Amino acid sequence: MALMLALAITAITLISMYFFAYGPWWFPPFISEYGAAYDKQFMLTLIITGIIFFFAQLGLAYAVFRYRGQREGKVHYSHGNNALEVLWTSAAAVLFIGLVFWGQNIWVRAHLRPADPGSMRVEVWGQQFTWYIRYPGADGKFGRTKPELMKESIGQPLGIDPDDPAGKDDIVATVLAVPVNREVEVILHSKDVIHSFFVPELRLKQDAVPGLENRLHFTPSKIGRYEMPCAELCGLGHYQMRTFLDVKTDADFEQWLRDQAAP
Amino acid sequence: MGHTAGTHDAHAVHEAPQSFIRKYIFSYDHKVIGIQYWFLALTAVFVGMALSLYMRLRLAWPSAHFPLLGSGPMTPETYLSLLTMHGTIMVFFVLTTAPQGGFGNYALPIQIGAADMAFPFLNMMSFWVTFVAFAVMVSAFFVTGGAPLGGWTAYPPLSALGAITGPGEGTGMTLWIISIALFCVGALLGALNFIATTIDLRTKGMSLMRMPLTVWAWFITAILGLLAFGVLLAGGILLLMDRLAGTSFFIPGGLVVSEQVMVSHSGGSPLLWQHLFWFFGHPEVYIAILPGMGAASQILSVFSRKPIFGYRAMVYAMLSIGILGFLVWGHHMFISGMSPYSAMAFSVMTLSIGVPSAIKTFNWIGTMWGGKIRFTAPMLYAIGFVSLFVSGGLSGIFLGQPSLDLYLHDTYFVVGHFHLVMGVAAIFGMFAGTTYWFPKMFGRMMHEGLGKLHFWITFPGVYAIFMPMHYLGIAGHMRRYADTTGVNYLAALQPVHVFITVAAIITISAQLLFVINIFWSMFKGPKATENPWEATTLEWTVPSPPPHDNFGGKMPVVYHGAYEYSVPGAAKDYVMQTSPEAVPHSGH
Repeated sequence: MALMLALAITAITLISMYFFAYGPWWFPPFISEYGAAYDKQFMLTLIITGIIFFFAQLGLAYAVFRYRGQREGKVHYSHGNNALEVLWTSAAAVLFIGLVFWGQNIWVRAHLRPADPGSMRVEVWGQQFTWYIRYPGADGKFGRTKPELMKESIGQPLGIDPDDPAGKDDIVATVLAVPVNREVEVILHSKDVIHSFFVPELRLKQDAVPGLENRLHFTPSKIGRYEMPCAELCGLGHYQMRTFLDVKTDADFEQWLRDQAAP
Repeated sequence: MGHTAGTHDAHAVHEAPQSFIRKYIFSYDHKVIGIQYWFLALTAVFVGMALSLYMRLRLAWPSAHFPLLGSGPMTPETYLSLLTMHGTIMVFFVLTTAPQGGFGNYALPIQIGAADMAFPFLNMMSFWVTFVAFAVMVSAFFVTGGAPLGGWTAYPPLSALGAITGPGEGTGMTLWIISIALFCVGALLGALNFIATTIDLRTKGMSLMRMPLTVWAWFITAILGLLAFGVLLAGGILLLMDRLAGTSFFIPGGLVVSEQVMVSHSGGSPLLWQHLFWFFGHPEVYIAILPGMGAASQILSVFSRKPIFGYRAMVYAMLSIGILGFLVWGHHMFISGMSPYSAMAFSVMTLSIGVPSAIKTFNWIGTMWGGKIRFTAPMLYAIGFVSLFVSGGLSGIFLGQPSLDLYLHDTYFVVGHFHLVMGVAAIFGMFAGTTYWFPKMFGRMMHEGLGKLHFWITFPGVYAIFMPMHYLGIAGHMRRYADTTGVNYLAALQPVHVFITVAAIITISAQLLFVINIFWSMFKGPKATENPWEATTLEWTVPSPPPHDNFGGKMPVVYHGAYEYSVPGAAKDYVMQTSPEAVPHSGH
């Protein structure tokens, strides 16, 4: 029994670690300025926790086997060892707290540093179960929206107030198209319940909360079409609420924007 | 109320009842109430597990037809109802009910040398309120629209606007809130009772630092419960008022659902609910796991025939987990739009919880180190508990960092994490507790072979279910998705879902072995002696099962801590807490 249990714990440990290290399931390649730091911090955490995981599980397996009841010798009567307690307490404290401080730089860049004033601003609106994207147009200003005007059935999903001149040139799309290598600031809105903006390649996620204007900024560095699924449970269609982040060349983006503006 | 006076008062409160109803239904006896809680949790865990089985079937084979669900494939709203009810039933009616209400009620008074809980009537009330809460929860399946689909966290506005946001969000959601509110009342009554009992009713010689770690765990859990459930109760009432009385605590103005403007609401904050919910919800994690830690500590020491390694460190670790547990709720909200500065503070507090958790893990292994391990069924489960707690705890080191949460939040990585650490680790604590205390509770031994067989399927089984979920999360798989058809990159992950489902079918089937073992042993198991495990604590000084007032009117006197095994020079390899024999370190 002892040997079997020790082997089972060891096998579970090694198989789990194998798939973390060599499994086919991994992050998609990153396309934002956070990606490199994110992947590094993840790897660092994986290595540290991996080492602890390995030694804790194998220590357990060893104890199970080594100190099985049938063994020769006496039980070591001991109520503990304060020096050891201090050792592993401080080792754990240094490792864990060190890790969290080490990784804060990504968070600081994503959330404490505001977007550059010259970044492209775009609104992302969630509703059950679609995304709408709004561009401010040539004036760079978003027009006022009114809940009572929000009618998808007549092509006004965001209810832009016709009396507000800033809204005249606003463009509403169903795909988040952006030019490559230019910083984008996303302003998140929700019409009804909480949704969540997530593009795995950006290494970014942020809830769209009704009543709040949550913000994100990023600079996409690779042209392509990336899926943008909803990441917060929003109702029965949650699993199909998806659009795309479409990173284009400057020229393609300008052309796309003109196409969107011309109905 | 002094110690000894308190003991006698409690004893005098009630005489052994004669009628069936007073003895087994509306009983004041903490042992009967403990068994009632335990049966309630056993019922609930099978409901919750059946729900998860259906969820797994849908995830593996989205277009297949399943029995009991009518014609056609399972709808996404049904999937979400199962998900919501699975989470709710498991967290509240299993993870909170069995470890604390069940084992705590049964064993705490005996382990501290009391005749009963401080407030036996309150104890009975807390069980029956919890029972009604469960009935109300299950009834949500049978009303128009069915059970709610907003997840066990019930985030508004989805949970606050009524049926317009989805089926199940009408009457089903209202019943959900009422059930949770009732549950909070029951939990609060229970928590008060545990605290008063531990403080007031300890027998002569049972100083705080001689209490078994199980008692410390239940005591700290009760304090957490007292502070946390009140907040959830308040939050639940506010949410109910938003739904029924037209208030707007959690509902901002200008919402448009299905082109309909929610004109009657303005000014509320969805994040307020999240703060209230997680101020309860995070301590709840420790409410679920602390009693398991206590049971594991107890069992590891008993079956290693060795004193617990670092008793005081274990107590302080549990206390600091309890305190820190109230300062970390924001780590559930890193992505919510809460202040990014507070996220950084919450993350430091969160990673700090890794420190007492590491202490406990090392001390468990230290307890086994140098011992002579008896591989009984409870010991196997306790070892499994340690392994699962380590595995589940370490993925928390990822999720506690807001930077890494930017990607991992709301993915299967989270699902894998919490199922290992507060789900199956706590469940293994319950397996351990059940097999360990069963002889005392029912006077008969459980079948060892059946118990071991169950362990050998379940232990690898839960790893096969929950470890791959981490890989899904790394690959970017969002949680709470009814299937993988809506997002292209998820299609490649479908084989993992099939694997997990197969593992789940096998593991869930094996749980029948445990139930068969329980009911077979209850009637056919070999008679249990007073102290079948050769353990030192007070419940093993009384007959199995104990008499109505536990000690037959003769209260025990305690001379040692609870972990005197293999004492050099002692007559046997253990010294009972009630034995006046001298031992080294008898100070604790």
